[in-house]
Amino acid sequence: MLGKLTLSAVPYTNPIIMGAVGFSVICAAVIVGAITYNRKWDYLWKEWLTSVDHKRIGVMYVILALIMLLRGFSDAIMMRSQQAIAFGPNHGYLPPHHYDQVFSAHGTIMIFFMAMPFMAGLLNLVVPLQIGTRDVAFPFMNAVGLWLTVMAAMLVMVSLGVGEFSKAGWTGYPPLTELKYSPGVGVDYWIWAIQISGIGSLMTGINFLVTILKMRAPGMTLMRMPVFTWTALCTSILIILAFPVLTVTVGLLTLDRYVGTHFFTGGGGGDLMMYTNLFWVWGHPEVYLLVLPAFGVFSEVTATFSSKRLFGYTSMVMATVAITLLSFLVWLHHFFTMGASATVNAAFGISTMVIAVPTGVKIFNWLFTMYRGRVRFTTPILWTLGFIVTFTLGGMTGVVLAVPPADFVLHNSEFLIAHFHNMLIPGVLFGFLAGYTYWFPKAFGFQLDEAWGKRAFWLWLSGFYVAFMPLYVLGFEGMPRRMDHYNNPAWQPWLVIAAFGVVLIAAGIACQIAQLVVSIRDRRSVVDQTGDIWNGRTLEWAVASPPPVYNFARIPVVHDIDAFTDMKERGTAYVRPERYYPIHMPKNSSIPFVMGIFAFAFGFAMIWHIWWLAIVGFLVELGSLIVRASMEDVGYEIPAAEVERIESQRFRKLDGMGVTQRAGRRAAILQPQPGLAD
Amino acid sequence: MSTSTTTIDDLFPDELFSPADGHGDHDPEANVAFGFWAYLMSDCLLFATLFATFVVFSGSFAGGPTGRQLFDLGGTLKETMLLLTSSITCGFAILGMQRQARRHVMGWLAVTFLLGLGFVAMEVSEFAHMVAIGAGPDRSAFLSGFFTLVATHGLHVMAGLVWMLVMMGQVSFKGLSEPVCSRLRRFSMFWHFLDIVWIGVFTVVYLKGSL
Amino acid sequence: MPLLDTAGPIGSAEKSLIFTAIGLMLVVAIPVFVLTAFIAWRYRASNGKATYAPKWSHSWKLECIVWGVPAVIIVILGHLVWTDTHALSPDKRLASSEKPITVDVVSLNWKWLFVYPRDHIATVNRLVLPANVPVDFHITSDTVLSAFFIPRLGSMIYAMPGMQTKLDLVADRTGAFTGRNYQFSGRGYSSMHFGVTVTSPAQYRAWVNKAQASKNVLDAAALRRLEAPSTAAPVVIYSSVEPHIFEHVIDSFTTAKVATPKSHAGSET
Repeated sequence: MLGKLTLSAVPYTNPIIMGAVGFSVICAAVIVGAITYNRKWDYLWKEWLTSVDHKRIGVMYVILALIMLLRGFSDAIMMRSQQAIAFGPNHGYLPPHHYDQVFSAHGTIMIFFMAMPFMAGLLNLVVPLQIGTRDVAFPFMNAVGLWLTVMAAMLVMVSLGVGEFSKAGWTGYPPLTELKYSPGVGVDYWIWAIQISGIGSLMTGINFLVTILKMRAPGMTLMRMPVFTWTALCTSILIILAFPVLTVTVGLLTLDRYVGTHFFTGGGGGDLMMYTNLFWVWGHPEVYLLVLPAFGVFSEVTATFSSKRLFGYTSMVMATVAITLLSFLVWLHHFFTMGASATVNAAFGISTMVIAVPTGVKIFNWLFTMYRGRVRFTTPILWTLGFIVTFTLGGMTGVVLAVPPADFVLHNSEFLIAHFHNMLIPGVLFGFLAGYTYWFPKAFGFQLDEAWGKRAFWLWLSGFYVAFMPLYVLGFEGMPRRMDHYNNPAWQPWLVIAAFGVVLIAAGIACQIAQLVVSIRDRRSVVDQTGDIWNGRTLEWAVASPPPVYNFARIPVVHDIDAFTDMKERGTAYVRPERYYPIHMPKNSSIPFVMGIFAFAFGFAMIWHIWWLAIVGFLVELGSLIVRASMEDVGYEIPAAEVERIESQRFRKLDGMGVTQRAGRRAAILQPQPGLAD
Repeated sequence: MSTSTTTIDDLFPDELFSPADGHGDHDPEANVAFGFWAYLMSDCLLFATLFATFVVFSGSFAGGPTGRQLFDLGGTLKETMLLLTSSITCGFAILGMQRQARRHVMGWLAVTFLLGLGFVAMEVSEFAHMVAIGAGPDRSAFLSGFFTLVATHGLHVMAGLVWMLVMMGQVSFKGLSEPVCSRLRRFSMFWHFLDIVWIGVFTVVYLKGSL
Repeated sequence: MPLLDTAGPIGSAEKSLIFTAIGLMLVVAIPVFVLTAFIAWRYRASNGKATYAPKWSHSWKLECIVWGVPAVIIVILGHLVWTDTHALSPDKRLASSEKPITVDVVSLNWKWLFVYPRDHIATVNRLVLPANVPVDFHITSDTVLSAFFIPRLGSMIYAMPGMQTKLDLVADRTGAFTGRNYQFSGRGYSSMHFGVTVTSPAQYRAWVNKAQASKNVLDAAALRRLEAPSTAAPVVIYSSVEPHIFEHVIDSFTTAKVATPKSHAGSET
């Protein structure tokens, strides 16, 4: 009836795990209690859980990412504290079977359930607004993607208290992940979490590819798209091309474990090298599909807070596209030590270095954007500056690792750990946090507290250096990654310093929580009245904050790269249209949420071999698709009068502030701006 | 290339708002078709990865049977004919759809369904036979690759059969309305795509394997 | 620091390569650091004296520099990569007047087995090598993917089940070093290290002779005992080693494959 699942699967004798489980359960209970007490279930269901509004979906993705960031960071605290003490006779507090789960979960969570949802959230929130459209191409599929991702994350969370998580690292290299060496359910949790969220990611990719290519406002040619949208487009392409490879790779491993095939077992003619190749054919583009949108955020933030046009727009676009293409040609640099011929290794080393060129161009272009600008040191620009310096350092160590003979002595050492955190923390997380601060007022109509934001930034930045610079040193000390215990006395001092860095980062995260609490408490004093709180340059700032469900009452016509700046300069930014039309919008649907729940049931059933439940889960998914495919009436119309009512409210507010502009006056306002000369 | 002056679009020199605004600013049908192409592209990548895996392991018999010992080219050729014919009949259904000939559509869909079902039945019996003689997917990496690639295609065909049933239901209950036609067009894209993939399977797996 | 205090020409060459790469990258990195600080400060919003050019967004001169300079550096580095990757290819025979010795390395859960096929001896978790004599390692795994690495000598390489990788190293000084597994391989991974003793050739011969007097026999049964997972396995020295035991380990994974087919590196010099 319950497959392999018995009560003994719950590790109730382990106080650390049970503490974590208890804490998670208490948090969930508090949230459920608060919702019930405030009678918000109805609101939550109607406005959020069943929503197909890209803005709401974006917010929910970001919430998921922030929660999973906390979870992934808890794992980081455990690893750093364990390594700080587990020297010589002291074996620390985490035995190998627990420590190995912690680092496997940390990597899996940070990539799949923190960075990916954060990226998807920002894309959802911003891209349709930036390109001047009312929705994404596939709002229903968008919601399905969200709930698949959420439920896959829940699978990882459940593995905490029911069974175990993978003990084989986030890359899941066979044959360690094969049944012979990992007979438990841990690897299966890893497999199904990745597969389910992978389908969600593919949906996001297809959705944004179509949205960006097909639904831009008139006048917005490709070479007038905001750079963030450009990076979103490239990321979508990368998702569509890379994720199927991951699905197959992990699928083949699944067959090895469930059906007894011999793809990577080592026996029967299987070959583990095939897995490493395929995994990184996905894995390297994956890095770039996370980094590119962060680059997009930095581009928007730099231009906005320098009150200046982005320097070298064409270069930026070319560099983005170049990185997109090159990201498929470098995968072998993840395993130079596998014994490939010198020619192969050298070729991949060189192709890896070539990526440094477009990346370097981007760095300089951000600097030249600030050059002759008026830089306002808000939190988003601080994240950007911190990124530029830190990422350049990480790029340096990346080029070192791209030299195969150098990699021969640094591979799999703490140097490698330092390097990729040195890329991903500034290059992805700082970018997404900058985007979170930058677009928060757009999503909610009020600003995040700047003082707490800056405290968080400085603690994060200093914490990063204190936590990761020692790891570079440890690389030269010859310390490998993933050790739960060591005997080398030279390593401990550096690990203690690194642990202190984690304390600083923890303080930074505490500041971010404080920032959120303080900002919500003081939300009335930092309201975004106009919808353009930062003096923005792109179309998302042309609508109210938060935007109405239809985003744009009338679709604007775009005349420039910085469409909204152009409108402001020509005096057409706040012009009231002469008339409104009815607007067609998609209806909310409970099907995506139901599909998410049953995807969870399916995954859980496959992990524990509860076959009847797997069949039920599968049939419900299939049935949901058929039901949905047979529905004709999936939209509703907002009458023109209702649009007018909503817009009038906004214009009354704008009138009060004296920013409204009338259509007739725009020619008079059209004046040359100072400082045009090169 | 100067970007230092404000450019005014030639197309909408002075427009603030899209003139097409009242009638919907985009074409959902075109979006869905394009999105479906994007999906097919990702499916292409999925099959490409499986093909690559099969080719890498195509010599890893591990002492087990080889393709030449296992494959029955005649049977596979019949399978191929079934699927190719079903692509043609699917095309007839679409032609009927364009003429709004409902019975025509239903008839040709039914033929397509039977042909597809025949294909699946032949494949299942081939698999059953191989497993019975001890040449299952767990025998060798070669057979793992074979079963995975061919069965993934087979599962796609089965999904297509389910889709076809749903479409036949929709055609009979809803008639050839625009949304139903749009779904039929996408179905036919999917079905032809499976045909193309099968030609790859037939060549790379069966023909080369029988050499 | 083992990576800086190298004890062999391979490690030394790899170390200097690291610093060359860092040096070249600094040509780009230092301007970035300086410019970031300078521009951010100079063009801060409160500095009304600085030029403000809100529309300035293009300059051919700057574009050429930002694309050109990194490109030139990468061309230089690329050349370096090409030559040094070939020169330092792990399977490349080292030029030496001494006849190289062969050591077969087997990664086990979670210990290392070293077989000296010519002398018919084997050790667990202990590697003894003569100084200034090239060592030709043949490496495989009797378990999951592992990585064989002695940091002070240089060049890591994977140990893979059913396959063989090759690594040539030489120590140019005597001493006691540590080697270990650098690829996570499960529960006992952290303790999967071994001592390396590099001695003079004479002392090495003496050690071999002593080892050959050991009563431990490495046959199929002893190998099965070693295959049983264990951590922190004690050092064992075997004298009578069954011939081709290394090949048997590889063949036990049905079809053996040589991971390095025909390297171009070996034939070029």
